Amino acid sequence: MIFHHFGKYVLLLRSVFRRPEKWKIYLKEIFHEMNEIGIGSLGLILIISTFIGAVMTLQIAFQLVSDLIPSTVIGQINRDSNILELGPTISALVLMGKVGSSISSQIGSMRVTEQIDALEIMGVNAPGYLILPKIVAGIIMMPVLVIIAIFCAICGGLIGGAMSGAVAPNDYIQGIQGGFNGFTIVVALVKAFIFGFIITSVPAYKGFYVRGGALEVGQAGTQAVVIGCIAILACDYIITALML
Amino acid sequence: MIEIQNIHKSFGDNHVLNGIDATFEPGKVSLIIGGSGSGKSTLLKCIVGLHEPEEGHVFFDAQEFTVMNADERVSIRREIGMLFQNSALFDSMTVEQNIVFALDMFTDMSRKEKLERANFCLDRVNLKDTNKLYPSELSGGMKKRVGIARAISMSPKYLFCDEPNSGLDPATAILIDELIQELTEEYQCTTIVVTHDMNSVMGIGDYILFLYKGMKFWEGSNKDMLQSDVQELNDFVFASPLMKAARSTIK
Repeated sequence: MIFHHFGKYVLLLRSVFRRPEKWKIYLKEIFHEMNEIGIGSLGLILIISTFIGAVMTLQIAFQLVSDLIPSTVIGQINRDSNILELGPTISALVLMGKVGSSISSQIGSMRVTEQIDALEIMGVNAPGYLILPKIVAGIIMMPVLVIIAIFCAICGGLIGGAMSGAVAPNDYIQGIQGGFNGFTIVVALVKAFIFGFIITSVPAYKGFYVRGGALEVGQAGTQAVVIGCIAILACDYIITALML
Repeated sequence: MIEIQNIHKSFGDNHVLNGIDATFEPGKVSLIIGGSGSGKSTLLKCIVGLHEPEEGHVFFDAQEFTVMNADERVSIRREIGMLFQNSALFDSMTVEQNIVFALDMFTDMSRKEKLERANFCLDRVNLKDTNKLYPSELSGGMKKRVGIARAISMSPKYLFCDEPNSGLDPATAILIDELIQELTEEYQCTTIVVTHDMNSVMGIGDYILFLYKGMKFWEGSNKDMLQSDVQELNDFVFASPLMKAARSTIK
């Protein structure tokens, strides 16, 4: 069953990456999707990552109760945790819920109301026209959102630490500047790129092959989010194991 | 001309079509009729390639469509216009954008030429000044007419209509039928209409193909149908008291 779906998914992707009928129309769609996926998710990412950064700072401070450990370590751990794991993965899981369910229901609704059939009858490559702009927008915007999420989480840590008194702002800033390894950013961006692909392609697959009516469209959305989240976590492990 | 030979289609153990043969002439409105579940819409979808038949051949002007790959089919599909049962207009686009979509995708026409073509198509279906409306702002009859306008935007050689009158009041249904007939004569296209509306059958049926339990049971014109002795056809066509009265009057 899993292999059947995986095979269908690969075949769909082969259709998605066929040569577009007209680049101009596809480019317009890509910019539209970049706005939907990127700008449309910005507020959510800002709020969630800021709070995660603040909470992380408090929890790290809570666990490092020792006179032997300098409080600058709190900033350092918070920075690396956010760059390597929390920034990309939490953002991806949140976006899987928001963007993924939206893509699945949008394409699924088009399927059950015969709009996809109408595209195919016209001679348009429906997978390419509907899914390619979303995938391209996802893999472009996801790294941008992850960089913003990491920045907000680090700032959130500063604010949270200062407000609660868990760590002094000067110690925190000194901590986030110390022992920085630029390769962690590369790992974060690779994760973001892969997650951007999963967030857009898995729900698109579930929506594209939905059969039935409104109930099945809803079920496809839920399945897309569940499968997408599992795929994100599995890929997170594989990328981390390969790159670190 | 569209020719179908020995079309078989099944979904699991359910054999929906069993060896259908037919020829649909250009410049004529051909109707596929039959009861619910008789395989009308499945046959139409097999002809246009939305379903792949397990056996059989579909020819568009002697070109075998069933053996073509996706790229080869595109050239045929650009000559096809189709009106879907629920219109299948693109929700996110205005009426005008729906009509110029295929022109945007497949032609190098200027924006002015495309708008002129959209206005011409809308005028042709008596829907002036609806360019900026979205499908959600249209009535059922208007959606059908926009669907027809979209179908004719590329001047099709083949026109397919899946239950064009479903959900419409009798007056609007007659308007849609007349429009389909006029466009068929105007473009000399091969038109295939799936319907179970008897007004359409009696009004525009140049050629009628009656399906019963997935098989071709009868074919002929609407005039032949009135004289038919095929029990299954008579049970279907003359089921309503109005049609029974009409038949006895003619006889």
